[in-house]
Amino acid sequence: MEMHRDDLGAKLGMWIFIFTEILLFGGLFLVYAVMRSHYSDEFHQAAHQLNAFIGTVNTVALLLSSATVAMSITAVQKGEKRKAVLFILITLICAGIFLFNKYFEWGHKFSIGLYPGSDMMVGLKHGYILFFSLYFFMTGLHVFHLIVGSIILTIIMVKIQTGSINAEKYVLLENGGLYWHLVDLIWIFLFPLLYLIT
Amino acid sequence: MEHTETHITDYRVYGWVLLALLIFTTITITVTWIDLSALTVMVALIIASIKSFIVLRYFMHLKFESKLFTVFVVMVLSIYVLVIALTFFDYLLR
Repeated sequence: MEMHRDDLGAKLGMWIFIFTEILLFGGLFLVYAVMRSHYSDEFHQAAHQLNAFIGTVNTVALLLSSATVAMSITAVQKGEKRKAVLFILITLICAGIFLFNKYFEWGHKFSIGLYPGSDMMVGLKHGYILFFSLYFFMTGLHVFHLIVGSIILTIIMVKIQTGSINAEKYVLLENGGLYWHLVDLIWIFLFPLLYLIT
Repeated sequence: MEHTETHITDYRVYGWVLLALLIFTTITITVTWIDLSALTVMVALIIASIKSFIVLRYFMHLKFESKLFTVFVVMVLSIYVLVIALTFFDYLLR
């Protein structure tokens, strides 16, 4: 029996979900923009605390992972299953690198007593508190999306392996890819705004 | 409708796109070494916007999808820019 399928509709649904995500992060970026214009000097100095090198490594990891997800779609369309699985695997490794770096980055801040609600942070100037609160909240929410995306891509990888995602039917891979690119897209703005503008 | 025909992007295209994104990342980082004072944020945002455009167009396949998707994305981004503009009108002219 022929099942009804609407790939265009599925992708449209995914895009509408992505719009809600853009507006979610958009709200945070708006808060950042207003607070930055109000406390520009303090934001300036607080950003020096962030390690731009780790930020750069993570940017490269995310860009590479985005490219490999896009390539896995090409591989599936061409029926090259092994390559498709390999591309997703590279993506997941990049995600692992990102998480590894984030763990040490946050771990370092926690170890010197810099985390939301800590005695040290409460004693800081208002602009610093705002900067670090936004930093923890925005990168935290972003990393949460990255973990969710990794789980989705792992499921997709298994489905490619078992053949339930194939050259005829791969809209799930496309939608998972869209989600992953969203994670990359958000980082494209987070990286310069938090790490570089010092 | 002919639209059901799928577009297969060559691996090399994604390779070039990745290279372009990495070059723009290098530019963003290099620019921070130069002191542009008030322009720094502007430059960073312009470069990030160019990178987003590339990601949306190639990685997210807007170039090859139905134009409907592009219309939606432009609408959503316009609304967001409008919200930012209105907020700053209020905030700066208070």
